[in-house]
Amino acid sequence: MSEFYHSVTLNSESCKGCNNCMKRCPTEAIRVRNGKAHIITERCIDCGECIRVCPNHAKQAVSDPLSRISDFPYSVALPAPAFFGQFKNLDSLDQVLTALKQIGFQDVFEVSRSAETVSRYTEQLMKSDRLNRPVISSACPAVTRLIRVRFPNLCRNVLPLLPPVEIAARMARREAVQKSGLNPEQIGIFFISPCPAKATYIHMPLGTEKSEIDGVLSINDVYLEIVGIISRIEHPEPLSQSSRIGVGWAGSGGEASVLPSDNYLAADGIENVIKVLSEIEDDKLDTLDFIELDACCGGCVGGVLTVENPYVAKSRIQKLLKTLPSSRQQHRDEVPSSALWTVPLEYVPVMKLHDDVATAMKMMKQIEDLVQEMPGLDCGSCGAPACRAFSEDVVRGLASRGDCIFKRREQVQRLVEELSSLENYLPPPFRKPEDEDGAEKED
Amino acid sequence: MNEVLLLHYEIRGGDFIHAGESSGHVKNILKRLGFHPNLIRRTAIAMYEGEINMVIHAGGGTADVKITPEQIEIRLADHGPGIKNLDLAMREGYSTASDSVRELGFGAGMGLPNMKKYADDLKIRTAVGKGTTVSILTKVSRNQG
Ligand SMILES: Nc1ncnc2c1ncn2[C@@H]1O[C@H](COP(=O)(O)OP(=O)(O)O)[C@@H](O)[C@H]1O
Ligand code: SF4
Ligand SMILES: [Mg+2]
Repeated sequence: MSEFYHSVTLNSESCKGCNNCMKRCPTEAIRVRNGKAHIITERCIDCGECIRVCPNHAKQAVSDPLSRISDFPYSVALPAPAFFGQFKNLDSLDQVLTALKQIGFQDVFEVSRSAETVSRYTEQLMKSDRLNRPVISSACPAVTRLIRVRFPNLCRNVLPLLPPVEIAARMARREAVQKSGLNPEQIGIFFISPCPAKATYIHMPLGTEKSEIDGVLSINDVYLEIVGIISRIEHPEPLSQSSRIGVGWAGSGGEASVLPSDNYLAADGIENVIKVLSEIEDDKLDTLDFIELDACCGGCVGGVLTVENPYVAKSRIQKLLKTLPSSRQQHRDEVPSSALWTVPLEYVPVMKLHDDVATAMKMMKQIEDLVQEMPGLDCGSCGAPACRAFSEDVVRGLASRGDCIFKRREQVQRLVEELSSLENYLPPPFRKPEDEDGAEKED
Repeated sequence: MNEVLLLHYEIRGGDFIHAGESSGHVKNILKRLGFHPNLIRRTAIAMYEGEINMVIHAGGGTADVKITPEQIEIRLADHGPGIKNLDLAMREGYSTASDSVRELGFGAGMGLPNMKKYADDLKIRTAVGKGTTVSILTKVSRNQG
């Protein structure tokens, strides 16, 4: 298996080579070459911004087809909290959960259930004072990966707790084994995901060696499977075990607002997340206890694999919350070690120019010089997202100076000047006396 | 021969909105160069504080950064009012910032003490009515091992 797995991929046939995705990528991981976008894999954090902006739908997220659930004698659906915001006129979560059983799942386990558990654990850990403040949520894998590649000093601030979906997977497998009497390997655990970041997570988990999730289905695929049958369900099974605390995780602020401290901040949208992370890095937010960051606008309801506009979905979630008990769990005991990270988050310096500092410095000097020469328009026609990124590519040997159309124009202009000076050239015998002193006449 | 990278910035006085851009730029460059995260942090915070001080107390100035594989030297020079009592200025919580500056969230009096804490060497030359030059040195060796 390759070192990097990504669920964001490019369909070359649909790609027209425009630069929408390249300009939006928060880690400058996209270049356009030969009329097609390319992803620099080690930089990609699977946030899905490129999928969101691509007008040709050439960027895709890899997810499993529904048919994969029949690979297991007993499959459990793990719907993300945001899933419930996709449906119009829902009276209860049970309608959705019952529908999932009707399309082939043997059982369901709401991720919102373990989201409440994670909320309780977070509360406990925050009390213990073992964490570096401000504590940064680890629930959005795109944010965690962003921190890992761009904010080395903040790795130690990330909450070392497994995300709700991982804890849900473990609990769901245990419950399924008990109910079915089957072996753990015979149980298929399928997450219904709002985003490619979480699809990548199961292949390259954070905080643990191996994820317990067997497959990832996208919210939009599963939505299409059940939207037609939901309205026909007259007597939904009483399956839901979620509370307001857990389902509230669907939107930005849902995680942070239920913690006892009011000293928190919740930011959503990748650009805002980057701004907040830079401020934490500069010690400007050191009076805060907790920081919730969601790569998508609105939180997971804004995930790129969702169907509904995030604001509509959020408003539906608000309405559904009223049907739920405020909480279902009480945890006063210690956080079990099984919920904690066993693999620490380590800085992956993918933006580093060279392993040798002196060489990197030489390169940086060339980059800075080149940046000064560039037009500074960040037009993207060179196939790089900005003049600075282009300069870096040139110095790294991945692009050539003349790929900038303005640089190329300068070259052409110089040629034209040379040519015209040749054209005007007269050998001495043919020169007229007035040309001799070089004066040119104008009228 | 030792590799040297020089950077120069002009810092505008009173420009609170863009204050911190130079130290932010240096921070990004240091990340690209692959320096130890802790060195980057110490350098960026110390420079940020010095930069802000020039913006709020001195009407702006210049920043010159000299990066070598072993250390980073930052020289912040201004022609502002100078510091009357340096011992007092170095104390935690001491600030002469005006109320309007405090309302913007600056003037906690922690800038110089933090620079002292994060730098491996801090030199301040100041003359009342003439200006201030702050030299911050951070060393790679402190973050090795
Ligand atoms: N460059 C400077 N020019 C003039 N005065 C300065 C300068 N830097 C610091 N000072 C003085 O030192 C004091 C303490 O600085 P500092 O610890 O950064 O606190 P603060 O900036 O919050 O006031 C300032 O209030 C100011 O009186
Ligand atoms: S905010 Fe939620 S939906 Fe968006 S990338 Fe993060 S985890 Fe996925
Ligand atoms: Mg200050």
